[in-house]
Amino acid sequence: MTLKRGHLLDLESLTAEEITLILDTARSFREVIDRDIKKVPTLRGITVVNLFFEPSTRTRISFELAEKRLSADTINFSKATSSVQKGESLKDTIQNIEAMRTDMVVIRHSSPGAAYFLTQCCNSKVINAGDGAHSHPTQGLLDLFTIREKYNIIKGLRVLIIGDIKHSRVARSNIWGFRKLGAQVAICGPSTLLPYEVEKMGVDVFTDLDEALEGIDVLNILRIQTERQDAGYFPTLREYTELYGINSERLKRLNVGFTIMHPGPMNRGVEITVDVAESTDSVILEQVTNGVAIRMAALYLLMANEPIPSREGVLS
Amino acid sequence: MSEKKKLIEVMDGPSLTRTITRIAHEIIERNRGAEDMAVIGVRTRGALLAERLVATIEEIEKISLPLGLLDITLYRDDVHTRLEQPIVQKTEIIFRVSNKVVILVDDVLFTGRTARAALDAIIDFGRPKCIQFAVLIDRGHRELPIRADYVGKNIPTSFNERVVVKMQEQDEVDGVYIEKPVEE
Repeated sequence: MTLKRGHLLDLESLTAEEITLILDTARSFREVIDRDIKKVPTLRGITVVNLFFEPSTRTRISFELAEKRLSADTINFSKATSSVQKGESLKDTIQNIEAMRTDMVVIRHSSPGAAYFLTQCCNSKVINAGDGAHSHPTQGLLDLFTIREKYNIIKGLRVLIIGDIKHSRVARSNIWGFRKLGAQVAICGPSTLLPYEVEKMGVDVFTDLDEALEGIDVLNILRIQTERQDAGYFPTLREYTELYGINSERLKRLNVGFTIMHPGPMNRGVEITVDVAESTDSVILEQVTNGVAIRMAALYLLMANEPIPSREGVLS
Repeated sequence: MSEKKKLIEVMDGPSLTRTITRIAHEIIERNRGAEDMAVIGVRTRGALLAERLVATIEEIEKISLPLGLLDITLYRDDVHTRLEQPIVQKTEIIFRVSNKVVILVDDVLFTGRTARAALDAIIDFGRPKCIQFAVLIDRGHRELPIRADYVGKNIPTSFNERVVVKMQEQDEVDGVYIEKPVEE
């Protein structure tokens, strides 16, 4: 079983077998990052460019650590301090960086399809670290990994994603990933924040949270993107918290064990209360640790196959 | 036309067991016992051999030895030149290697590249007092300056032959075979 692709752009185009291979490989890397000397020489001589056009704490640091723990050389690019400010295009930016002999690109961009666009104009292997509301494959994979480590199997689990589904690449990656591995996925949020025809992705759609919580194993709570507040998707943050906020009173009504996930950054007191975020059911920090292992696995598997990138990858 | 191959047995089950017993005695003799010793096997067959070696030494010396299992995939020197991706398995070394006499165990010593990768991997876990290398079969053709301290059997081979080690746990039978291409 090998990963026969040169890029990691989304979870939609991966098969269940490929996803499982990445998760299995990540398990070995998880062992590496728990060692005293957290470094292996696997990607010595490989240069990875982290191209971040949007702010990021977790993903950027996680990728950089993953690269360093594999002994790759890393270059960090951020939009604010680059010639993008002078009007240089994405294509020119990547072609100039690549002219200095780099091998892989990790890209975070606000435009959906930015990662795919890169595969069309450079020879590097490309990993999508989030493109607009389209996809964030490594986040989806680390969520799958975290849940699989806890339950041993994804198939048959019931997963509920709560919040701003419309603007969330995390939601889309989670829906594809969990569905492919056989979980049952439901989403819940104000109807203004649910994408049009989202039920065609094979999910159950709820607008009533208490109804949606019935019989759920995993809750993935999305961040309310406060920067979008002016658009008027719901009247006030307080009303959102009242209707869709996860607090311990609400969860007490659920009888059996469940797991709380949040991709970060959290708005404590808005979509999740402090006691829930820090409860024993929460795997939020475990997700962050596992993120490094997943990114090491993705970097390794993409680099370990043929060094010639193929022109595949579909834009969904 | 598909290439024909034949298997020639060079070691059967009982003699494989006897060889492991002999190596165990050699290790104890050389180190005057098995104090502060740890055994690390290279996955997959080396790990199985290491398990048996540990059981034998423990039986002779009446002590308990730490056993580690090593996957050297991440230390290979051909990661991005190979066509097939090697599957990364888990490394399990849960004891401190520092100041231990580490016995590294593998099934076949050939180019020496696996041993080199294994040495680097072990040293990333700490600073052993020394590392000694035990192999079941030494088939020659070294590409690096590496030698084994304990050898089960030297088998001169040509490059187009393959040494196949089978172990009960994995292959339902114990034995060592040479796979030769058959000339038409």
